[in-house]
Amino acid sequence: MSRRPASRVLSLVGGVGAFVLLLAAFVQLPDLGHVTHPYGTRAVQAALGRDTANVVSSVNFDQRAFDTMGEEFVLFAAAVSAILLLRRFHDEEEDAYELRVGHHDVWSAVNLAGFALLAPTIMVGFYVVAHGAVSPGGGFQGGALLATGLHLAYLAGDYRVLRRLRPVAVFDAAEAVGAAGFVLLGLSALLVGEPFLTNWLPTGSLGDLASAGTVELFNVAVGMEVASALILLLAKFLDQALVVRGGGGE
Amino acid sequence: MSDVLGVLPYVVAAWILLIGCYGIATSRSFIHVVACLSVVQSSTYLLLLLIGWQTNGTAPVFADIEPGVPVVDPVVQALTLTDIVVGGAVTALLLALTVQLAKRQGSIDPEQIRSLEEELEE
Repeated sequence: MSRRPASRVLSLVGGVGAFVLLLAAFVQLPDLGHVTHPYGTRAVQAALGRDTANVVSSVNFDQRAFDTMGEEFVLFAAAVSAILLLRRFHDEEEDAYELRVGHHDVWSAVNLAGFALLAPTIMVGFYVVAHGAVSPGGGFQGGALLATGLHLAYLAGDYRVLRRLRPVAVFDAAEAVGAAGFVLLGLSALLVGEPFLTNWLPTGSLGDLASAGTVELFNVAVGMEVASALILLLAKFLDQALVVRGGGGE
Repeated sequence: MSDVLGVLPYVVAAWILLIGCYGIATSRSFIHVVACLSVVQSSTYLLLLLIGWQTNGTAPVFADIEPGVPVVDPVVQALTLTDIVVGGAVTALLLALTVQLAKRQGSIDPEQIRSLEEELEE
C-alpha cells in the first residue's frame, strides 16, 4: 500500500507550520539562563528548612508528595495492565525448549562482564535508593537500576538463572507493598495530627543519611515499587519471547 | 529575545519534537512508532530543563555545596522525573499492545492493521 502524495504534502505543510509556530513562541520566551524562578527559590528554601539536601527529592516526596502518589499509581496501573495483556492466553502454551538449549551465541566476554557487573550494579541501585534524600537519585532512579541490574543475570547466564534469581510471586507482593507503603506512610502523618503526606519525622541535619524525615522512607517505598514493577514487566516480555508459543488469530 | 544563540536550544527541542512526529507519521512498524513517541517525549524533557536553567547554576543538591550557591530550578527537574516515569510506563503498555497485535493480526505495520469492523465481517 503506497501513501498518497496528497498526505505527504499535507504532513510537510503541517510540520513546517508547527515548526514556524513553535519558533515564534520560543522567540517570545525570556532570555535563557537569566530568568527568576520564584517557585524554584522557594522550593530550595523549603527543602533546606527540612534538611533535605537533594531539593528534587524534597519537591517530589515532600512538597508535592501528593502528585508523586498519583505518579506512582500511574506506573502501578500501567504495569498491571501490561502484565494483563502479556498473560498466557487459552490458545497458547508454554514451551521451554529454547530454555533447555540456552543461548550459545553470546560472546564469553559478555558473559564475563555480566557476572562481574551483577553485584556492583545491584549495590549501586541500593545506594541510590538509600541516598535519595542526600545525593542525586532516589526511589525511581534506584528502582530502575535495581531492576535492570538484576537482568545482567540473563546476559551472563541464561533465562533459567534469571528465573531462579527472581521469584515472580515475591516481586508481585513487593510491588503491592511498595505502592501501599507510600499511602500508609502518608496516612501515618494523621496519627500525629498532621495532614496527609506531611513530613512529620525529625529531619536530622542537612546531608546526613538519616536526614530529611519521611522523604527517605517514601524513596524506599517508591524504589521497591519501581524495581518490582520493572522486574515483573520484563519477566512478562521475556516470557512472551522465550516461553509462550502458539496462539494468534490466523 | 534578540540573541539568536539564546533561542537555539529551544529550536533543538522543537526539532526533536517534529522529527519524532515525522517518524510516527512515516513508520512501518509499531515498535518504531513507540520508539518515536519516546523521541517526541524527550523534547519535553529538554524544554523543561531549559526553562529551569540558570546561568552558572549547579545541580540543586546541597550535599557538597553551601546553601546560597545559585542552583538550577529544582521544580522543573522534579517535573522531568515525573515525565520520564510516565513515559516509561506508557512505553511498556504500548509495547505490550504491540505484542498482542503481532499475535492476533500477524503484522505490526500500521498500514496493514485491519479495523475491528473488517475483523467482524470476515
